[in-house]
Amino acid sequence: MNAPTKGSRGDALKWVGRAIRRLEDPALVTGQGHFTADLPATHWVRFVRSPNAAGTINSIKTPDGALVITAADLTAVKKITPMLHKFEYKPVGQPVLADGVVRFVGEAVAAVVASSEEEAEDIADLVELDISASAPLVDARDALASGAPQIHTGAPGNVIVKGEVKTAGFDDVWASAAKIIKIDARSHRQNATPMEARAAHAAYDKTNGRVTLTCTTQMPHLMRTAIADLLGMRESDLRVIAPDVGGGFGQKMSLCTEYVLLVWLARKLKSTVAWTEDRRENLIASFHSRDQYVTLEGAFDKDAKLLALRADVVSNVGAYSCFPTTCGVEPLMAMAEMPGPYDVRQYQCLARGVLTNTCTMAAYRGVSRPIITFTLERLMDKAAKAFALDPVDIRRRNLIGTFPYTSATGLIYDEATYKETLEMAVHEIDVPAFRARQKEARAKGRYLGIGFATFSERTGYGSPAFAARGMAITPGWETVHVSVDPSGYVEARIGASPHGQGLRTTLAQIIADELGIPPDLVKVVHGDTDTAPYGWGTFASRSLVISGGATLIAARKVRAKLIKIASHMLEAAENDIVLEDGHAKVAGTDRSITIASMAREIYTQTHRFKGELEPGLSESGTYDPPGTFSNACHVAIVELDPETGFVKVERYLVAEDAGRIINPMIADGQVHGGVAQGIGNALLEEIVYDGDGGILTANLADYMPPTAHEMPHVELHHIETPSTQSITKAKGLGEGGTIGAPAAVLNAINDALTPFNAEIDTIPATPQRIRAALREATTKKSA
Amino acid sequence: MKPAPFVRHVPRTLQQALAMLSQLAGQDGRILAGGQSLVPIMAFRLAKPAHLIDINEVEGLDRLDSDGKALTIGARVRHAAFHGPVVDNPLAALLTYVARHIAHYPIRMRGTFCGSLAHADPASEWCLTTATLGATMIARSTRGTREIAAKDFFDGIMSTALAEDELLAEVRLPLLAADAKFGFNEFSRRAGDFAMASSLVAYRVVDSKIAEARVGVGGAEPSPRRIAEAEAALNGQPPGDAAFRAAALAASDAVDPLEDHQTNAEYRRDLVRVVVRRALEHSLQ
Repeated sequence: MNAPTKGSRGDALKWVGRAIRRLEDPALVTGQGHFTADLPATHWVRFVRSPNAAGTINSIKTPDGALVITAADLTAVKKITPMLHKFEYKPVGQPVLADGVVRFVGEAVAAVVASSEEEAEDIADLVELDISASAPLVDARDALASGAPQIHTGAPGNVIVKGEVKTAGFDDVWASAAKIIKIDARSHRQNATPMEARAAHAAYDKTNGRVTLTCTTQMPHLMRTAIADLLGMRESDLRVIAPDVGGGFGQKMSLCTEYVLLVWLARKLKSTVAWTEDRRENLIASFHSRDQYVTLEGAFDKDAKLLALRADVVSNVGAYSCFPTTCGVEPLMAMAEMPGPYDVRQYQCLARGVLTNTCTMAAYRGVSRPIITFTLERLMDKAAKAFALDPVDIRRRNLIGTFPYTSATGLIYDEATYKETLEMAVHEIDVPAFRARQKEARAKGRYLGIGFATFSERTGYGSPAFAARGMAITPGWETVHVSVDPSGYVEARIGASPHGQGLRTTLAQIIADELGIPPDLVKVVHGDTDTAPYGWGTFASRSLVISGGATLIAARKVRAKLIKIASHMLEAAENDIVLEDGHAKVAGTDRSITIASMAREIYTQTHRFKGELEPGLSESGTYDPPGTFSNACHVAIVELDPETGFVKVERYLVAEDAGRIINPMIADGQVHGGVAQGIGNALLEEIVYDGDGGILTANLADYMPPTAHEMPHVELHHIETPSTQSITKAKGLGEGGTIGAPAAVLNAINDALTPFNAEIDTIPATPQRIRAALREATTKKSA
Repeated sequence: MKPAPFVRHVPRTLQQALAMLSQLAGQDGRILAGGQSLVPIMAFRLAKPAHLIDINEVEGLDRLDSDGKALTIGARVRHAAFHGPVVDNPLAALLTYVARHIAHYPIRMRGTFCGSLAHADPASEWCLTTATLGATMIARSTRGTREIAAKDFFDGIMSTALAEDELLAEVRLPLLAADAKFGFNEFSRRAGDFAMASSLVAYRVVDSKIAEARVGVGGAEPSPRRIAEAEAALNGQPPGDAAFRAAALAASDAVDPLEDHQTNAEYRRDLVRVVVRRALEHSLQ
């Protein structure tokens, strides 16, 4: 571990703010991680999945002697039925195995149980499904058309959730506009593609009837609650463990039917049952996201000041609604956060979630924000062109500059640096030098483009934010237990469930500063419902803010008690005690005592504290903050090959403000990874359905995440504006990279397309689509 | 994603291998060489061969030598063998340049030249190379040995003239003239992906004019092939932009493009025009 030095934050923090190496990495990089699929099992499951997107099941013929579970076996199991109490939400139930009806290709119809994965797959090949297929609805616009078949009886017109907002006085302001600028944006469907696909292992304990479900999840406690509810079992009879998890990105925060079935099977067989998803299943049948049509209009005054926004969001949510967020997560976030970082007082929006015969939608890093940011940022660039302004200038005129700022949808933006990060990015990228280079290149038949994206990133929001959506479950607060054992080592048990975010390190840094110890004396325990306090897990850029805040609260309590113990043992006033370097010291003297000996004393010599201090050294903290907004400006420079439509991202720069940074290396890593996924979203990744509802991109040759070769170097610049809405002063930053990249890349592509008078407002902007846009522009020109 | 059950057979000699193939071909037996295409297809259960005849230990199939007229490439020769020059002829540089575009490094370490031809993916770089340069395929079976010209070998998407009991034992790739020029270009969305179009060109310059032009196009039609119209546009012309553009246009007009969910015929023609011209431009570098 690096030698401690004073932090650069202007306060007494020694460890917070330092790029110490991640405590979780030695095990992971030496192959010593523990993953679900590593566990041995007696029984293995293979799911037989529907080859049809819509239809009724006539029969399921299973080979003689095979153990095959179907819906008929699961009559006592409830359907997964998430709930929103607002926005005309229509509850729809998802059976654990398709019950008479199939609603998307890949829906699990039967579960084959065998003694190995191979044997289960062999038997699954022999299961014959007799399905009367009907014409599926694949595109959300088709599902909205009048007379379209109804996918769930409870959701007429296939609209499952509908949000509407219109500010008072909207119409008058709209009518007063000097210019109305419009964009029809399309975001195609994507898959979060965690490196580890889903996996579950359920073990029945004959001594007590309990089941331990080890699974790759972001939310172990909620999995326990949900599965116990569905199976009608006591929650205390189910233990859920999230071991090392190879990425989640939101895909692993939703409850999947497969995990429910595994627990049911372990109880039925009184044995150990495992399932490891393959990549094809993950691509067709886990969860999808980002399938949206967004039409956005902006009303500007004569000085290009944005007066009003009007949006129509159609989100294709697939065949069912995901638990716990519900499928409102995309359309409602789009509605609430569309105005982004701009000062705009008038807003109207209609946002609908539409059921189709496709894989169910769930949250994916950034949720709707990569789409709405790309849409809004394209709108600003179009407006800049219409007003003959530089894209930077129009942003300067419209970004929020005074705080706190209450948005048109009622969100309260805490202090941020929208304008400052823009100026920082403009300075670092050197726009005049780029424009000169761009001009020179064009003369040689090479087409460069620059694109800016400025955005706000709502992070670390607690229960009220979820309650505002009317969610039946409001995953907001977090609890942390911090204890010092009798040998002086510290353990933090947390309800969050990190899976790559480095929380074992950053929380240790927070505790280290409070207790005056190095972070490697702190062990962070998570991902086991038997040992961690109830919590909501890790998602939505929340863990460092919320679990970090709870950690700070608990650590401060431990610190206070340590000072009391030291005061007793050193016979000094509490005010004179300082905790540093693993000791309590009496300021201005050479008297000190180690934290280890104080800990031993409070456990083993309690009588010495004369009843004034409770035995033991263990405290709890709970935190439920209102939320805080990070912000950033992304800049992409691309080279576009007009002959092939190929786009190379040549340079990528991020100027970002996420409040106090606990560990700069981990923060940078979050941005790097996010930008990689955002570039994938912008250029490469697309789940393609055919007209029959079959998926044409069911492997990683056809579904294309970026590889190292496609990634530019990402230059990072930080501003730190300590948050007043977060007790650690940190803001979340898990999603910003992904949120900003599609907008920056698409604006850069369109800048490069300027000489051709062509535009593209679709992600991913594939070479095929870019060539089509160029061809259309040429046709228009010659017409 | 586990393959269906199969039996793996490991012959040590060519005779054993051919005997096994003769016996097992009718029972859904297949040759396994590098396995870089077959094994993933088996994992998806798109192929379920009952028998795999693993030729990785067959003696003599690792031949890679030249008789001064042609380079002979045995069935066990891996893509990676061409990472460096294999013969004292311009062909060596051509093969080295092309090999770099085949998938990714680990795949090149395992996959084989002949396996790629027998698999006959339309986008395969080696299929394009053999079709363009006029290779001869040596097919062996217990019934004897057959020589098949490249132009007669490829028979559509993942289909060849090989009979089910025939092993593609060797390929003879003619050496290039000492003064030959070559160029290669391919287009894919990510590094290492299957080419959406590719082109290999070779020609000589005689009296400042192009002669003996070969223009091959891959990835655009069910099988790679030489495009006579493009060759005609080059022969007799001085190498340079005008001839290259004419040849590229001729090639894009001549192909009957494959279409898929992301690529219509129009776009594929765009790509053919670009890769042919860029391959020709590459020949001058």
